[in-house]
Amino acid sequence: MLALPFVVLFLGFTAGPVLGSLGMSFTDTRQRDLRTPFAVEGVGFENYVKALQDETFRKAAFNTAYFVVLGVPLTLVAALAAAVLLDRGIKRFQAWFKVAYYLPVVTSIVAIAVIWRFVLSPDAGLLNTVLGWVGIDGPNWLGSKTWAMPSLIAMAVWRNFGSAMIIFLAGLQGIPQSVEEAGQLDGATAWQRFRHLIVPLLRPTILFTSVTTGIGYLQFFEEPFVMTQGGPLNSTISVSMYTYQQFGFGNYGLATSMAYLLFVVIAVVTFIQFRLLREK
Amino acid sequence: MRRTWWIYLIGVLGLVAVAAPFLWMVLGSFKTQGELLRVPPTWLPQDATTENYDALFNKANFPRYFLNSTLVALIVTAGNLVFCSMIGYALAKLRFKGRNALFVLVMATLMVPGMVTFVPLFVLVTNAGLANTYPGLILPFLVSPFGVFLMRQFFLGLPDDLMDAGRVDGAGELGIFARIMVPLTRPALATLGILTFLGSWNNFLWPLVIAQTEDKYTLPVALALYSTGQNAQNFGLLMAGAVVVVVPVLVIFVAFQRHVTKGIAITGLK
Repeated sequence: MLALPFVVLFLGFTAGPVLGSLGMSFTDTRQRDLRTPFAVEGVGFENYVKALQDETFRKAAFNTAYFVVLGVPLTLVAALAAAVLLDRGIKRFQAWFKVAYYLPVVTSIVAIAVIWRFVLSPDAGLLNTVLGWVGIDGPNWLGSKTWAMPSLIAMAVWRNFGSAMIIFLAGLQGIPQSVEEAGQLDGATAWQRFRHLIVPLLRPTILFTSVTTGIGYLQFFEEPFVMTQGGPLNSTISVSMYTYQQFGFGNYGLATSMAYLLFVVIAVVTFIQFRLLREK
Repeated sequence: MRRTWWIYLIGVLGLVAVAAPFLWMVLGSFKTQGELLRVPPTWLPQDATTENYDALFNKANFPRYFLNSTLVALIVTAGNLVFCSMIGYALAKLRFKGRNALFVLVMATLMVPGMVTFVPLFVLVTNAGLANTYPGLILPFLVSPFGVFLMRQFFLGLPDDLMDAGRVDGAGELGIFARIMVPLTRPALATLGILTFLGSWNNFLWPLVIAQTEDKYTLPVALALYSTGQNAQNFGLLMAGAVVVVVPVLVIFVAFQRHVTKGIAITGLK
């Protein structure tokens, strides 16, 4: 009884579209079919074949993998470093540091894009000015095929490490002080204690953050959408971004099949992560 | 104490890396176009001006976008508080057929990429005639699987004895839920409310495709269109726009940060 309003909304706006999307991916639905939904025809796996053979889609898949493979570990390392720093080192003003590190997470990506485009701009940019002080002539970050992707990765790490940091902090606080004291008595250095005592105890937390960060990064969309529109020369186009472009062209059937391919990859990667990190 | 100074140094360096872009945005919003293009760039505004804000509020329609963002975010937040606590309660404390199936379904949708539901949702909303309307902006977000999960976890931690005590006292099922259980979940409701408000405030892809005329734009949509349209080179205006988008979030977040970080630690989700 209590559940009824939710179930209606939920089915209508979440579960329904998931199935609708699956159905649509096997049809030739285009924008003009919106008014005549019964004129669409089933095309079997044609959309999937078309997507997989599409040069740009492959490029997008490669870029997404590039982003995930570099971005996830960097984000987790930054997050863990910040969490350890706050938990074991910084006692005074700890709450303020935590809030500050978390700020980018709650900031609108559109606003962040405005700031970062300016930070990364080739001549009057903050980054190249700072590099200039130490004699480095910084490139045109977002305009370069080589540097556009690393720029977006750096931006994503900057924007997202705060949320993993909070989870690591909760995990660290769950480790009793006595564990470290025992290590200290045995003469282990700070690094040894971290590597052989803290990290193994944090394993469930690391699994969790790597799964959630991985799911998020596989859907990599907002950064290229607001910063580069996928350019230059498709060097930052992602699967989600390309899917959205196909949606924009009105190729709804093709777009949903691409989205489902991404869904399958996400499910498989998540499953593998669980298997790899859960053992022992 | 000798050991700790360099730890603080690293902490402060991290702080600079996080805060410098924000600071630059605020300072930049008070600079003239000429100064923003100067090489090397200036840090503090040389001749501070409020012309960017003037343009934003008097020439562009930012007060309207601000109102739209606030309205949508408030209704979405209210909806989530009501519906997510109802379903969370049902999933945690009531016995009914299909309860487990429903919970699995909720958890499964947490993993579905946004792009999967995006196209059919757009078709659905458009066919229902809700494109470019407030209901079209609001309805798809009134309940979130995340909120349901958060509330369920919290209700699970409350003892069943409370419900039995209520029944002994003759309270109806609805009374038990509304008068006894909900007041106890205030911390979870605070977390959910703030996260939902922030999420709705920052949401931009959906309003970008649904809001088609200027009077329905939310702030992020307006800023996104400004930064790609004919104002793309008007950096001062964009910086000021970014400040208007970011500052309310900063104020709310700093005021309620305890609830936000607690909620993330409970559920492990952003």
